[in-house]
This record gives sequence, C-alpha cells and structure tokens, in this order.
Amino acid sequence: MNIGVLAVQGDFAEHCHVLRSVGVAATEVRLPKHLEGLDGLIIPGGESTTLSRLMSLYELREPVAEMVKRGKAVWGTCAGMIMLANEITEEDPVPMKLMDVGVQRNAFGRQVDSFEQDLVIKGLGDQEYHAIFIRAPVIIRIGDTVDVLAALPDGRPVAVQQGNMMATSFHPELTADARIHRYFVSLAGGPAYDPEAPLIDTPRVR
Amino acid sequence: MVADVLTGTFTVKSGHAQMLKGGVIMDVVNAEQARIAQEAGAVAVMALERVPADIRADGGVARMSDPSMIAAIIDSVSIPVMAKCRIGHFVEAQILQAMGVDYVDESEVLTPADEQHHVWKHDFTVPFVCGCRDLGEALRRVSEGAAMIRTKGEAGTGDVVEAVRHMRAVQDAIRKLRNLPDDELVVEARDMRVSLDLLMQTREEGRMPVVNFAAGGVATPADAALMMQLGADGVFVGSGIFKSGDPVSRGHAIVQAVTHYNDPHILADVSKDLGEPMVGRSVRELSEAELLATRSV
Repeated sequence: MNIGVLAVQGDFAEHCHVLRSVGVAATEVRLPKHLEGLDGLIIPGGESTTLSRLMSLYELREPVAEMVKRGKAVWGTCAGMIMLANEITEEDPVPMKLMDVGVQRNAFGRQVDSFEQDLVIKGLGDQEYHAIFIRAPVIIRIGDTVDVLAALPDGRPVAVQQGNMMATSFHPELTADARIHRYFVSLAGGPAYDPEAPLIDTPRVR
Repeated sequence: MVADVLTGTFTVKSGHAQMLKGGVIMDVVNAEQARIAQEAGAVAVMALERVPADIRADGGVARMSDPSMIAAIIDSVSIPVMAKCRIGHFVEAQILQAMGVDYVDESEVLTPADEQHHVWKHDFTVPFVCGCRDLGEALRRVSEGAAMIRTKGEAGTGDVVEAVRHMRAVQDAIRKLRNLPDDELVVEARDMRVSLDLLMQTREEGRMPVVNFAAGGVATPADAALMMQLGADGVFVGSGIFKSGDPVSRGHAIVQAVTHYNDPHILADVSKDLGEPMVGRSVRELSEAELLATRSV
C-alpha cells in the first residue's frame, strides 16, 4: 500500500507522517511521474490558488482525474476539497470537477474566525472527532450520489464521500486521531477500517 | 452533540502557518501588486507601505502601514494578508487584528517601539510571526506566543548571506540539542534564555516547535531553493520581487523554485530570462546602525 500526497505546496508532510504512523507508505507527488504505482492520493491543505496554478503548470490535473476514473481513492482536505469540487463560488482557483459538490472558499471569514469543533462522523463510531477548521471552505451544493459523513450543527456539510473520493473542510492531519486516515486507507484497498485502532503519536509540525 | 466552538487557539494559529508551508509570501505595497503576487502563486501577501529596500533608502521611523492601504489589499485578493507591527507595539497589533489581518509580523524591519519587551502574543486571536537569528531567539518568541517563526536574514539587501547564517544557526542548534544530555540541557536553557520545558520539547521533537520560514535577502529562485534545502519550510520575499526588472516572471519563478527546490533541472529552467534582479547591497557594506537583524532580540 502506497499513498501519494500532492506536495506542490501545503501541509503534505503532516499527511505523510500520519500515513506512515498507521503503517502505510507515503510518496510526495510534485510531478505526474510521481503518481505511478500509487494506490491513492491525498490533496492536502494549503493555498488553493497556489495549488491550482502549480497543478496546471506541471500537468497534474489530467493524471489525477485518470486515477479517479480507474477507481483509485482520492481525498482532499481544505484546499484539497476546493480542488476536487465541481464548482466553487469564485473564478479563481480552477477546481478539477471530480466530485459532484459546490464549494465556497473561506466560508467562515478570515483567520481570526478559524476554529476547532467536535463532530460526529458517520462510519467512524460514536466517539466525536476533534475537527480543526482553518480559513475553511464549506460545501454549499451536494449531488445525489454524494454521501454526507459530517455536518456542522447548522447542517452545512464538512465531510463528504462519493465512491472512492472523500473531501473534508477540516484538517485531520493536524491531530493524533488517525481514524479518517485509516478510513481512507481502507477505501484505497488497505486493511478494513478498525474503530478500535489506537491514536498515533503527536502530530508533526513539519 | 457538543457544539463548543473554539477560536484563536494556538492550534488554529500555528495550523495556519502549516498551510503556508512550501509557499512564498510576497511583500506588496498596493492592491495591484497584491493581485500580481496572487496571480504568481503566492500563498500570502505582506501588506506594507514601503518594502525594506525603500525603508533603508528613506531612513526615518518606519511604522505600521496606513489601515486604508491594508484594507484595500485585503479587498483585492482571496489569499491571506499579513501586515507588520513594530516590535513591542501591541496597539498596532490590536489595530491589525481588528482589521481582520490574517497574520501579524512583529517585525524588526520597522523601527522598534520597545527595546525590552515584545508583544505578549498569547492575548491575541490573530496569529503572529516573528524573526530570529538563532534557536534561542526563536524559542523566546514562541514563549511569548509566536505561532510562526522566520529567520531574519538582512531585509532589503538582496544579499542572502545573513538568511543562510541564521538558518544554519537554527538547524545546527537543533542538531546539537538532539544529542545533549539532561544536565547540559539546563545550562543550554540558561545560555539561550529559554525555558527548560520548551527546550526539552524541542529536543524531543528534533525540530522547531512551529513552522519556520526563511526571510531577508532572497532575490532569486536559486536563493529560495537554497533556503529550502537548508531546512526552511517556505520563503518570504520582500524587496526581491517588486524591486526587480520583471516582478511577474520572477515571482512566478520563485514560487516554482520553492516547490521544486530539490530538482536542479527545473530550477535551471525557471531561472531563465527573468530580467534584472533587484540591485542589492552587500551586507558587509552596511554600517552597524543600518543592520535590522540585531534589533530587539
């Protein structure tokens, strides 16, 4: 099992750390050739306008779309969610139109409005998940084949799944609770999700 | 379901810096430059009235920028906007927080307002980035609540030598720390003027406790990649972009150089045909009074 993490910009090292902590190999992806042989791909948090430009410039959009077509698991966190969306409320960045959702960037305001909140996530058991939202996007339209895994108390979805694709507004890579990563690894063909699996060591800053 | 919402925590402050990693933060002096920076792929812009090269040339007291100029930049881009307050000037910081600035840089590039104390940054919901020349200085700023660090370099020179010196000093101190026994750690903490707890945490993790960017003198894609290979998490470029002959191409090239910092073929490619770099001043030609990095440490 080898999961790629898009490493053109953002907190890719944190995702790699969590993956390795749950026993999965992680590969940094900067060029299309780095996608070869991967079982899945994570598009991390970062600045979506920067990701959008660098994905176009280094011709990563088509091969990622190809991976999705071949049934590989792909997951976007925060900026990654924006990149996977079908449409967003602004012209820039340009999303990849892979998931049937509409997304609003910076939906909660500026950095001073970034927040932490506990959420119940479908499929992860009863224990709440401590979610970290940083200048986070939110889903404002959802297609018929998209499953909501978690929503805010006001009903706005913040974690969704469509087949082998996942998107979260928040950053599981910033916590020691690796349940969502384990769930994703199971989607990518790894070991079945085990809700009893322990927490990992402290998350990394870099 | 628990609906407690926590804002302004250290996690969301330092977490924001984590999202900037592998990116370039560009100094801009107006909305047009901010749009160019965003178009070039900057992860954030630093809004200020004068870039450090001009602050050097003009002399006088450098202060927080006019809020209307910062507001115009906030309105013109969707990426995060940072702005500088003077060292120790907590009211400038309060004003920047009230304006919705995404990050405050408590910066030695402006004239210090307090030579004894830095801003007590824990009191703010907006995160702070602070400069350092070595690990001790970095950890002192983290103790005060900095959620991100940048090595100082020597701003407004276009000379990367100080940025290199400071990044090497930080990395060397961390390497040394990893092998230090407990009893020597006590002395090290005293010499660095930092708490033993924070030093132990740094030794345990083998790295700076927050994200660390390079700053102060980066002028070319090769400079940016050099700082990344030396261990920077990302790069601030101040005067280096908009004081060069072709800011659009240079900004775009430096962004790519930070992503592909380990690929010399791509670095060669993006370094071509960028026009004139900023003129620059060798740090060795500066008098003691002109050095910014030695302010309020």
